[in-house]
Amino acid sequence: MSRSRTRHVSRAAALLAALSLALTACGSSSSQGGDSGEKVDAAAVESALQAGGDLTVWAWEPTLKKVVSDFQAKYPKVHVKLVNAGTGNDQYTALQNAIKAGSGVPDLAQVEYYALPQFALGKSLTDLNRFGAGSLKSSFTTGPWTGVTSGDALYGLPMDSGPMALFYNKTIFDKYDVAVPTTWEQYLEAARKIHKADPKIYITSDTGDAGFTTSMIWQAGGKPFQVQGTSVKVDLADSGTARFTQLWQKLIDEKLLSPITGWSDEWYKGLGDGSLATLVTGAWMPANFSGAATAASGQWRVAPMPQWTAGGTATAENGGSSLTVPAASRKATLAYGFLRYATADAGATTRVEQGAFPATTADLTSESFLNKSFPYFGGQQVNKVLSEAATQVVSGWSYLPFQVYANNIYKDTVGKAYTGASTLSKALVAWQDACKEYGSTQGFTLQ
Amino acid sequence: MTATAQSDSHPRGKPRAGDPPHRTRSRRRWVGVGFIAPFLAVFTLVFLAPIVYSIYLSLFRERLIGGNSFVGFDNYVDVLNDDQFWTSLARVALFLAVQVPIMLGIALAVALAIDSRRLYAANLFRITVFLPYAVPAVVATLMWGFMYGSRFGLVGSINENLGLSLPNPLSPDLVLLSIGNIVTWEFVGYNMLIFYSALRVIPLSLYEAAEIDGAGQWRIISAIKLPAIRGALVVATIFSIIGSFQLFNEPSVMQSLAPNAIGTYFTPNMYAYSLSFSGQQYNYSAAVAIVMGIVTMIIAYVVQLRGLRRESAA
Repeated sequence: MSRSRTRHVSRAAALLAALSLALTACGSSSSQGGDSGEKVDAAAVESALQAGGDLTVWAWEPTLKKVVSDFQAKYPKVHVKLVNAGTGNDQYTALQNAIKAGSGVPDLAQVEYYALPQFALGKSLTDLNRFGAGSLKSSFTTGPWTGVTSGDALYGLPMDSGPMALFYNKTIFDKYDVAVPTTWEQYLEAARKIHKADPKIYITSDTGDAGFTTSMIWQAGGKPFQVQGTSVKVDLADSGTARFTQLWQKLIDEKLLSPITGWSDEWYKGLGDGSLATLVTGAWMPANFSGAATAASGQWRVAPMPQWTAGGTATAENGGSSLTVPAASRKATLAYGFLRYATADAGATTRVEQGAFPATTADLTSESFLNKSFPYFGGQQVNKVLSEAATQVVSGWSYLPFQVYANNIYKDTVGKAYTGASTLSKALVAWQDACKEYGSTQGFTLQ
Repeated sequence: MTATAQSDSHPRGKPRAGDPPHRTRSRRRWVGVGFIAPFLAVFTLVFLAPIVYSIYLSLFRERLIGGNSFVGFDNYVDVLNDDQFWTSLARVALFLAVQVPIMLGIALAVALAIDSRRLYAANLFRITVFLPYAVPAVVATLMWGFMYGSRFGLVGSINENLGLSLPNPLSPDLVLLSIGNIVTWEFVGYNMLIFYSALRVIPLSLYEAAEIDGAGQWRIISAIKLPAIRGALVVATIFSIIGSFQLFNEPSVMQSLAPNAIGTYFTPNMYAYSLSFSGQQYNYSAAVAIVMGIVTMIIAYVVQLRGLRRESAA
């Protein structure tokens, strides 16, 4: 049989798809788990922790390992099973299928902010107001807190955050005597100068990244996605989006962007060997730098994100995750006990010590956090820049209730802008139309 | 080759003299069912159930807002009006029209060369040509993908060292061609083996007769070999058609190397995959899969009919 392997794979995929639906049918009729929607006070949570039980946590965040062992030392009767069910999309697919199946659902799950609305909408997550978690509002920074709330409901607690900043390779800027850009106009100038001086060096790499683009639009003041219940507005031609596309189109047209895809081996190599001069990304990046781009140790520095207007201080969030309690968990009270420990109490500090970027104001303002100097960044107190950025995130942003899928089909449309078959502004409108179409087939009211 | 099935002309269907009375016959019929029951159970479970279930799924629509509802043939109507589906189908059809003849042509040429017994170290050659088939498709694609790379791969090195500027094999215009090259590399050996084994069963007496009649090699190929392996050609073609329509592994692996050239609906299979796994549109995905299955069946059937008609005419 020719290409039998191809056929097996696709058959397996079809079967899996069929299976997950079979499970759907069973899931919809089953009950919602042991806990009812009643209010639970702190004392009840504490007694659940003392009584103990087994908890399953789905998360890929590495710092949680230490949190789990500390937690079990404190509450010996609770057994936490930490499962890595995949990173990002892979985990969401597994979670979605488990929720539909009504079995095998974890008691806690890591969900990125951009993916949270999709789960909240499907009523797959527990509203933590039941446990009085709303009172923790002041413990967290605004950006992540907005990310976990939807109307009055609270669907998770922030685990980390990713206020954006400019990471730059100081040796390149020094060598070619280029000033570190504070505005995007200067950034474009720097891109031209550096690439002209050495054609092998690019200001940054980009082959089209939905997360980056939406964050850039966020910083530029665009609000392309607006959600009111089941009514959704998608406008990827607003003034904020236009600000971004005008600048970025110049970088694409003048071939000032390295055609390397982010997170590939080649990309890490570029960050390490001095062929990529900057990286605009979330505050969780330092650990990745020192872990995977070791060759450039001592060369990189962190500066505030370039601005659209000189003297501005706007920034945006990029990435970041929350920890949630799926509605199907039968031990929601106990799960909340762990959730609170890991995100707001001692666990948060443990994770920060291991390099996570906090979403808690107490950790963000603690002296030891701010004064920590990073040898990788030439001794710079990187957290000072990053925690300042955390307070400057532009408010009012929201993601689509189906952002996971929207990001997945991003390359189908916007990819054309990077191959020269379209322009960024046109391609984003094509993406907008694709999002709208998906939204209406899913039953949303599109405006 | 297929004509043998028709030679059996025993009139089984007609009642014969001395048939037992009606009651006994009906009991005997049930005994027969008992014999085939194990097979039927497995067949139903393994072959029929998934198909029936997919059809069942394709008649519903589950949405994020509004839940699950019966929609009849709406999903099919949508598939037939779906530009992305047709784009992907057109792409694999183009792939089929160009890649399959090239691949089968090379396979046939190699099989005939080995069968001519004029090659030195023919066995080694045969194994070497067949070897790529033993390489897993994912590995083969990664291997080729690295060679295609215009910055870090073979193409990049050639450009750099010889001062050329070869076109980028991973650009949107060329990526289908590049995939065709990988698939050809992978399956030439496999198809060669089908043809070669068909060539080996031709009676030697035919060659002797041809030699006595003074026929040259080309004449032997066109008058004896090709007609004799027509059945194998039809089978290989049908498998290749099915394989082309189900193209998935190669583009799916290459997607990470050429993210802007290979989208989520590059081939119908990738489209169905993306719809169900990231879009949660299982119902629509089932409809796409069934439409694709029907299209593949029709085209394979047409090819088979044509192939067999020619054979019976020969």
